[in-house]
Amino acid sequence: MSVADQMKGLTFLDRPNSYIGRSVPRPNAKRLVQGRGTYVDDLRMPRLVHVAFLRSPHAHARIRGLDISAAKAAPGVIMVATGADIARVCTPWVGVLTHFKGLKSAPQYPVAIERACWAGEAICAVVANSRAEAEDAVALIEADLEPLPVTVDMETALDPGTPVIHADLGDNLAFERTLDVGDVDGAFRHAAAVVENTFSVGRHTGVTLEPRSIVADWNEGEEKLTVYHSFQAPHMMQDIVCKHLGLPEASVRVVCKDVGGSFGIKVHIYPDEMATVALAKMLKRPVKFVADRLESFVSDIHARDHRVKAKMAVSKDGEILGFEIDDLTGIGPYSVYPRTSAVEANQVVNLTGGPYKHQNYRARARVVFQNKVPMCQYRAVGHPIAVMVTEGLVDQAAHAIGMDPAELRRRNLIRDDAHPSTAASGIKFEKLSHQQSLEKLLTMMDYDGLRKEQAELRAKGIHRGIGLAAFIEITNPSAAFYGVGGARISSQDGCTLRLNPQGGVIASIGVTEQGQGTEGVIAQVVATAVGVPMSDVRVVTGDTDATPYGGGTWACRAAGIGGEAAWQSGKALRANILDVAAVILQSTPEVLDLREGKIVDKATGVERMPLAELGRVAYFRPDTLPADLKPEFVVTRHYVPKDYPFAFTNGMQASYLEVDTDTGFVKLLKHWCVEDCGTVLNPQLVDEQIRGGIVQGIGAALFEHCRYDAQGQMLNGSMADYLVPMSSEMPDMDVGHVVTPTASSELGAKGAGEAGTAGAPAAVINAINDALRPFNAHVCVQPARPEEILRALGKV
Amino acid sequence: MTPAAEIHTITLTVNGERITRSVAARMHLVDFLREQLDLTGSHLGCEHGVCGACTVQVDGVAVRGCLMLAVQADSATIVTVEGLTDSGVLADVQEAFLQRNALQCGFCTPGMLTTIAELLTVNPDPSRDAIRDAISGNYCRCTGYHAIVDAVQNAVAARRTKEAAE
Repeated sequence: MSVADQMKGLTFLDRPNSYIGRSVPRPNAKRLVQGRGTYVDDLRMPRLVHVAFLRSPHAHARIRGLDISAAKAAPGVIMVATGADIARVCTPWVGVLTHFKGLKSAPQYPVAIERACWAGEAICAVVANSRAEAEDAVALIEADLEPLPVTVDMETALDPGTPVIHADLGDNLAFERTLDVGDVDGAFRHAAAVVENTFSVGRHTGVTLEPRSIVADWNEGEEKLTVYHSFQAPHMMQDIVCKHLGLPEASVRVVCKDVGGSFGIKVHIYPDEMATVALAKMLKRPVKFVADRLESFVSDIHARDHRVKAKMAVSKDGEILGFEIDDLTGIGPYSVYPRTSAVEANQVVNLTGGPYKHQNYRARARVVFQNKVPMCQYRAVGHPIAVMVTEGLVDQAAHAIGMDPAELRRRNLIRDDAHPSTAASGIKFEKLSHQQSLEKLLTMMDYDGLRKEQAELRAKGIHRGIGLAAFIEITNPSAAFYGVGGARISSQDGCTLRLNPQGGVIASIGVTEQGQGTEGVIAQVVATAVGVPMSDVRVVTGDTDATPYGGGTWACRAAGIGGEAAWQSGKALRANILDVAAVILQSTPEVLDLREGKIVDKATGVERMPLAELGRVAYFRPDTLPADLKPEFVVTRHYVPKDYPFAFTNGMQASYLEVDTDTGFVKLLKHWCVEDCGTVLNPQLVDEQIRGGIVQGIGAALFEHCRYDAQGQMLNGSMADYLVPMSSEMPDMDVGHVVTPTASSELGAKGAGEAGTAGAPAAVINAINDALRPFNAHVCVQPARPEEILRALGKV
Repeated sequence: MTPAAEIHTITLTVNGERITRSVAARMHLVDFLREQLDLTGSHLGCEHGVCGACTVQVDGVAVRGCLMLAVQADSATIVTVEGLTDSGVLADVQEAFLQRNALQCGFCTPGMLTTIAELLTVNPDPSRDAIRDAISGNYCRCTGYHAIVDAVQNAVAARRTKEAAE
């Protein structure tokens, strides 16, 4: 029986000193508001040198030659290294996994050797005493490049006449998945209405405010490579550096201190970062690479870029009968290593139609190569596309049969009492709360009141729209996500706790912090489980030498998986402490408890001994303890979800906005989200994950777009030209919760980091279309720029 | 030597300290603060004047540290987030940020705080919209801005309460 269970009638939420479920501030945030963070570019180290890259100006070009003589002679230059030079130290990789059957890609080098395959691919590296000198020398490299035919448009990438980017692969098809479940043809044949559309989700990118950054240092005397990295998954990076530089695990340490935003951008292997590591090995000294913003736009992974032809069948009384989709996505010239670029299309297939009861579903997804920046996983992988398609069709169907869109959802959402359940795509749900979420959302937003206001304003020529979007979100991934396909990415995480003599607890854990509040949540869980003040807990993350092996933070796993490891570890440490306390106090562990750093009588709460006194005796006067008592004040516990591949969460979003039908401008008035991430460990942190996620979703819906010309040149690759949401145009957001803990863990926490991004674009696009309804105009393109809206209105 | 690489000597006051240094003509103010003075609280987000992460106070005005050269700051008075912190002038806003979780990764926060310091000087009681307008030149990719606006409002309300009590 667990310690928590022994406290009869009390859950961990009710423990006398529980921090779980409270909005306590993050302990690591105070130094950040003081400007005392340590991002990679803030590190100071002796003999540090800087690398800058010459990047291909062409989307596809043969590298006939590089004249590096002038660059080598430039002031401050230490080394000029070509792709061939670096390939002698670092082997190439291929971004495929076995569970994506048929996925293919080509070998990719840290620095291109024979061919550049996108505009922005590094083709030569210069190391100098300062970044400015390295850039000066890059400008002196004479590159003899032969432009090659480009494949840019994903729509024609598979056409017979289109140049094949990697001849060895035979064609430009990287991956294809098809699915046919139930009787789709029958569903469409018997439908009262069939609604269809072609949905387009443009390419966008993460724009982490701190650009990608890395410092690598090879210390030959120690035979140790230390990599300071702005990254989400240090153990994954360690493993990959070992593999491609031929180093044993003991020789590579990856350290991730403060990370200035990640959102999935900083979880992939980047050629320029691997080149930096290789250069450190070659030069036997620290080498730094910090992407400047212009190169971020053409070297950070891009995301989305999907075109989905979709249709849905509905009966006359509003029953959804089935879905059929055809997804096409362009991923650039390589499948990104090691997670691959097949994941997003795969998720679109898995998730489309997912909130609803229907069991007839046909899907095809094709993933094609093109000469653009590589595309890979970014926050809420696949979700915003699937949700936009599903919810867009649901709104169209409601309009087609003359039913209120909230009512149509109410009739079709998987019932809260129908779990466990399986979606038409085969994904499994342990327990969801769609019905509760919908009703809570409608109440929060005063749906009926808003509809009335909308009608009144319409009479005055003011066009407001209300958009709803149901979503499901993949969280707490098991090994089913990557491990089964051969990726050496940990799905388990461990937490090691150490009790120090004064009663302080050091928690080291494999999940990482990029601002979500990981360290805060882990401190809350540990303090609660052990029974010490939160101020006595210090959390260590992001160091492969110092933490248990783990996956890091991505796919909403830090709180659900890391939190559970911390909880189990905390319970074990507490039990060990009470065993020792019982001996010192000549009592039994069962009648004692540890609360706020004091050993107390469990029944009365009366203090028996401060924890610091126990620490003093155990550490400094063990001679006074019985010979057979062996205090063990360091414990480790691990956790990995095993009973479900993923802990799905669910929720509902709504957008209220106004469209100016003369200019096409959209004014966001308000946004609501009700979500269910199971046990809420810190309400404020969850709410802020939701809000931040919503705004990233709004960015995709209205502003963010990597625009390309026919030659594969990105046209808006600067912060001035690529639009991200600004405070003045963002709405206030109300967040509500339904709490359905997962039974896979004791804490019951699921993830919350991607829910906002998953549902917000669909809510916004549906609201725009709701506003445009009197004009019989429809927008199904993200971003829905004013131009798109005016085009839909027939004004341009 | 190219004109851009010419070395100039500048004397200025940074966070209350009188400082004389030699700098290349092309060095930006924020690079000077970070690289020569190790004031790493000011961050580089875009280096072309859009994101606001490098915002510092120059002679009392919030300025993009990436759009000003160090040589232009000769004889100026500069205050960075380190200076704002040490003087305590913004301690209540910083505490409000902490309590309201108005930061996540923290990379935009020093620039954001510097802009807010200027706002509260010119408008001690800003509306929600006025706060949103004032920080619209400071990009935050994590929070969605709502919590930042709340935190500023909370700090302002606390100042009003404190004034009323005095």
